[in-house]
Amino acid sequence: MVMEKLRYERPVITTLNAGVTNKFGTKSLHAPVSTIDGVSVKEIIAKYGSPVFIISERKIRQTYREAYRAFATRYPKVQFAWSYKTNYINAVCNVFHQEGAWAEVVSIFEYQKALKNGVEGKNILFNGPEKTDDDLKTAIQHGSVIHIDHLDELYQIIELSDTLKVRPRVAIRVNMDTGIYPMWDRFGFNYESGQAWDAINKIMLTDKMDLVGLHCHIGTFMLSANAYAIAANKLADLALGIIQKHKKTLEYLDLGGGFASKNTLKGSFLPGTDVIPSFDDYAEAICSTLLNAGFTRENLPLLILETGRALIDEAGYLAASVIANKRLSDGRRAIVMDAGVNILFTSFWYDHRISPVEQAGSQTENTVIYGPLCMNIDILRESVTLPLLKKGDHVVIHTVGAYNMTQWMQFIAMRPNVILIDEKGQTHIIRNRETVEDLNKMEEMPEHLKSFKLS
Amino acid sequence: MRIKLKSNIAVSDNGFVFDPATGDSYSVNPIGVDIIRWMKTYDTEAEVINQIIETYDIDSKTVEKDLYDFLNLLQNYQLAENA
Repeated sequence: MVMEKLRYERPVITTLNAGVTNKFGTKSLHAPVSTIDGVSVKEIIAKYGSPVFIISERKIRQTYREAYRAFATRYPKVQFAWSYKTNYINAVCNVFHQEGAWAEVVSIFEYQKALKNGVEGKNILFNGPEKTDDDLKTAIQHGSVIHIDHLDELYQIIELSDTLKVRPRVAIRVNMDTGIYPMWDRFGFNYESGQAWDAINKIMLTDKMDLVGLHCHIGTFMLSANAYAIAANKLADLALGIIQKHKKTLEYLDLGGGFASKNTLKGSFLPGTDVIPSFDDYAEAICSTLLNAGFTRENLPLLILETGRALIDEAGYLAASVIANKRLSDGRRAIVMDAGVNILFTSFWYDHRISPVEQAGSQTENTVIYGPLCMNIDILRESVTLPLLKKGDHVVIHTVGAYNMTQWMQFIAMRPNVILIDEKGQTHIIRNRETVEDLNKMEEMPEHLKSFKLS
Repeated sequence: MRIKLKSNIAVSDNGFVFDPATGDSYSVNPIGVDIIRWMKTYDTEAEVINQIIETYDIDSKTVEKDLYDFLNLLQNYQLAENA
């Protein structure tokens, strides 16, 4: 009789540390994630290569609807605007547009992307501190609302308005103290010092443009819903002041974004899932403040939200492979993966959850996870408890949909394929991996440098 | 074997390792227990590798790399010494 061989697991010895039990202790998540939306991760890697970004269309729609419902059940007029900078892959943008989101852009490049995706100018909100004369003209002619960031931009629009047939539609960005540190006072006009009110009066008195809204964006990864109540209160105060002084009702108040996603910030004691407010928490803070601010039924403004991270982060995954195992000089285990910080910028901010794809044994080891770059900073996790992975094994890195596919760099390695799993479980490439040709075609070689001889 | 387990180290069948000299305790996975047992039985690393390949579903290259790492760890924790 031939005895069947046992399943192999790398031999490991770990120190046992006795200590006081910790009631906050969380279970380690080592359950393999072999499929995403029913599609095998190994098959995705076989077909599209490793590493590969995977976007779940189902998860985007589900999260969007959850967020929309949280606000729409509490406030009668709600509009989301998709924050292009969070993830401006066209297919991703169009999922949000199909769900009803407008576009929120912070550069002319994003503006052009939104137009090309089929978003009408009137449904594009143009934010950001840098807008050239040409950028502003384009936005004004398309009927977009320009969110004015500073006084120089306000004067720029006043000057431009004399040369254009279309009357600019504008809002001002307001910064304010909401009890959050750091206060984002580098963007917009300050509420407390009276700058915002001065800018409003300037716009109303020059009568060169239509003030249609007020905008604020109080921070990012906000762990306090109450800060939004303070922000809503201050914006409402300005809007009511405009009704009183200028007899003008604004079309909307834009509370911006900054809602946290279910990631764990570096240095956070508890995992993100335990500490972040829900969409309901944010919605309750904002909507109840606006409803109680003193607007009449007729002058109640549209509530616009520009949240990006919280809508897309969970719908993004990065599948990668183990290149090598190492033992560091102090005895720690290290793994080298084929995905590095050049494509996973958010690993500088978050302790991303990482799951093995293949079924692994119950033994675990504290592991450092490095990327493939020949750079010391290329660390995806300084310390994570993982099963014993071997060369060729695969992992899924979770909650990577926000900012990575916009802030990624072509550095040492190329940017990989991005695929979308549609609601029927079909996979589609939505951004092709880069090639050497893609990069070389942007370069030029002066004639005298074209040849050389090496001995 | 290039190294051998120190004589005072206690290893239980279910993988609990105790070093009475330091009071430190360790946990070894089942294959690690097998290797520690075979280290006592066999003279060379090649024989231990053969035993692993016969018992477990794995190739010799992987075993060689992993055994090298495991023996280094035993030395690192001062559970083993040069033979």
